[in-house]
Amino acid sequence: MQLVIDTKGKDWNIKMELFQKIVKRIILAVFSLFVIVTITFFLMNLIPGDPFMSEKANAEAQAILRAKYGLDQPVIVQYGRYLSNLFQGDMGNSYVLQKGRAIREIVTESFAVSMQLGIRALCTAIFVGIPFGCIAGLWKDKKPDGVIRVISAIGISVPGYVVAAILMLILGVQLKLFPISYNKPGGSIMPIITLALYPTCYLIRLTRASILEVLNQDYLRTERAKGMSEFVVIFIHALKNSLIPIITYLGPLTASVLTGGFVAESVFNVPGLGRYFVSAISSRDYTLIMGTTIFYAALIITMNLVCDILYQIVDPRIKMD
Amino acid sequence: MDKNILSMQIKVDPSDFEPLAADYFQNEKEDTEEIGFWKASWRRLKDNKIAMFALGVIFVILLFAVIGPMISPYSYDEQLRGDESMAPCFAHPFGTDRLGRDLLVRCMIGTRISLTVGIVSAIIVLIIGSVYGAVSGLIGGKTDTIMMRLVDIVYSVPEILLIVVIKLVIDEPLTEMVTNVAWMKPLQKIGPGLLAIFIVYGCLYWVGMARIVRGQVLQLKEMEYVTAATALGAGKAKLIKDHLIPNCIGQLIATVMLQIPSAIFTEAFLSFLGIGVSAPMASLGSLTSDALDSITSYPYRIVFPAVIISLIILAFNLFGDGLRDALDPKMKK
Repeated sequence: MQLVIDTKGKDWNIKMELFQKIVKRIILAVFSLFVIVTITFFLMNLIPGDPFMSEKANAEAQAILRAKYGLDQPVIVQYGRYLSNLFQGDMGNSYVLQKGRAIREIVTESFAVSMQLGIRALCTAIFVGIPFGCIAGLWKDKKPDGVIRVISAIGISVPGYVVAAILMLILGVQLKLFPISYNKPGGSIMPIITLALYPTCYLIRLTRASILEVLNQDYLRTERAKGMSEFVVIFIHALKNSLIPIITYLGPLTASVLTGGFVAESVFNVPGLGRYFVSAISSRDYTLIMGTTIFYAALIITMNLVCDILYQIVDPRIKMD
Repeated sequence: MDKNILSMQIKVDPSDFEPLAADYFQNEKEDTEEIGFWKASWRRLKDNKIAMFALGVIFVILLFAVIGPMISPYSYDEQLRGDESMAPCFAHPFGTDRLGRDLLVRCMIGTRISLTVGIVSAIIVLIIGSVYGAVSGLIGGKTDTIMMRLVDIVYSVPEILLIVVIKLVIDEPLTEMVTNVAWMKPLQKIGPGLLAIFIVYGCLYWVGMARIVRGQVLQLKEMEYVTAATALGAGKAKLIKDHLIPNCIGQLIATVMLQIPSAIFTEAFLSFLGIGVSAPMASLGSLTSDALDSITSYPYRIVFPAVIISLIILAFNLFGDGLRDALDPKMKK
C-alpha cells in the first residue's frame, strides 16, 4: 500500500489558518481603536474646565460660544456627533490653540516635523544598536562586550528628560557645540540623540540576547560539523535567525519614536505633535486632544499589527495569540 | 531463530573491576547536598557581582531618602531668607533654589517620593495583575477569553496619552475627596497628586502581570502532579497554596522588581511635565524641570536630581535582572 501525503492541502490549510488569525487581529485592532476613542472622549469631558474658560468674555458670551460648538448638549449627544463626523473623515476644527484651523491640517503639519526627527532617530537606533548588539553577543564576556553592556545598561536607565537636560547643559550651554533652539541649523541634533538613546540601548541588549540564544542552537553545531566556514555560520545563519525577535520590537519602536518624545519636543521647543498634545490638554482644546489621540493610537496599533503579522510570516513556529 | 544477546557477546571478567573506596558514597552524598529553592537562588544572586553592587547602591539610596531628611537642619519647604540661589557650599552642599530652599533636602524628599511611587505602584500592579490573571486562568473557557480580550485592549492603548488624561481627570475630585471624606483624611499626607499617580498606574500597568500569571496557571494546569493532587482530593485553595504560588513566586518577584524602575520613570516624567506631585512637594522630575528653566544661569542645579534618578533606575534595573536570573535560571537569556 502506498501512503499518499497531500502536502498541497496541508499547505493550504496552514495558509487559511494564518489568514483567519490575521483577520481576527485586524478586527481586534479596529475594536481597540474604537474603545480608545470612546474612553478618551468621555475622560476628556470629565477634565474640569472647557475650551472657553480662559476666554476674556463674560459668562453670557462663553455660553454663546458653547452653544455655537454644541458643547452645551449632553456629552452622549456630542459623542454621537463626533463619531459620525469621524466616519466621514472630519475631525473638526481647533477651538483654542489655532482657532478655526482643521485638526487634520494641524496634525499632518506637526506630525511631519515629528517624523523628520523620528525617522532620523530610528535610523540611528537601528544602525548603531544592531551592530553593537552583534559585537557584544559574538564577543561574549570579552572586553567589548563588557563596555557595551555597561553603556547600554546606563542608556536604558536614564530618563529621556535627563538625557535632554544633560545634553543641553554640556553640548548646548557649556561647550556651545549645538544651538539650543530647534530652528537654527544643527538644532535637530540634540533632540535626535535624546530620542534615539533609549531605543539604541534597548536594541543592543535585545540583539545581544537573541544572538546568544541562536549561538546555542543545535543547527549551528551541525553546520560547523559539516565543515562550513565560520564566516558562513555566523553571518549567514546565526545573524539571520537572531534578527527575527527584533522585528517584534521594531513595531512599537517605530511608533514611539515617530510619535516623538513629548519630552524631547517640549525641552527643545520642537513644533511637533508631542508638544501639541501636551498643550492641547492644558488648554482643553477638545478636538485637538481627540485628533492627536486617535492619530497616535492608530499609528501604534497599526505598527504593532504589521509587526505581528510580519513575525508570523517570517517565523511560522510562533503562535499568534 | 537463534537469539544472540548483546551481553553474551562480550566477555566479562571479574578482574576487570575494582572495588569502590569505602567512603565513596559518603563523599557523593556530601557533594549533592540538598539545598532549598531560596538558598540556591541566594547563592546564584551572591555570585552575581553586578547585582550585589546594585543592591548596595539601593541600600545607600534608601538611607539617603529615609534618614537624610531627618538629620538635615532644613525642611523641604523652608524658605531661607537671604540664602536665595546659592551655589553649592558647605551649608548647602547642593545649593539653594530661587526661593531659598535647600536643594539637598529637596533631593532627599524627591528620592523618597520616587521610591514610594516605585514600590507602592509595583505592589498595586502585583495584586491586581496576579488576581486577575489567576482567576482568568483557573476559570478558563469563555470567561478566560473575554478577560484576556480586555487585557489585549488595555495592552494596545498608548499608555502615556491615557496616563496624562486620567491624571488630569481624577486630580480635582481626589483632592476634594481627600479633604472632605472622613476615612480618606489620613491619605491627605500622601497628597492627592501622588494618589492619582498610584491609581493611574494601577489602571494601566497590571496587564503585563496578568498575562504572566495566567500563562503560569495554564501551564501548571497541564502538569501531571497537579492532576495527581486533584485526583487525591486537593481543593482549589490547596492547589493554589501548594502548587501555584510556589511555582510562580520566582518569576513574580522578578517582574515586580523590574516594575519599580518603570513606575519611577513614569512619575518623574509626569512631574517633569508639571502634572505629577503638587508644589511645594519636591520630586526628582519636578526638580529637574525647575532646573531646566534656569539652565543658562545655574547649570549645576540640574546635575544632582538627574544623577540621582538615573542611579535609582539603573540600580533597580540591574538588581532586577540579577534577581530574575537567580530566581528563574531556566528563563536566563
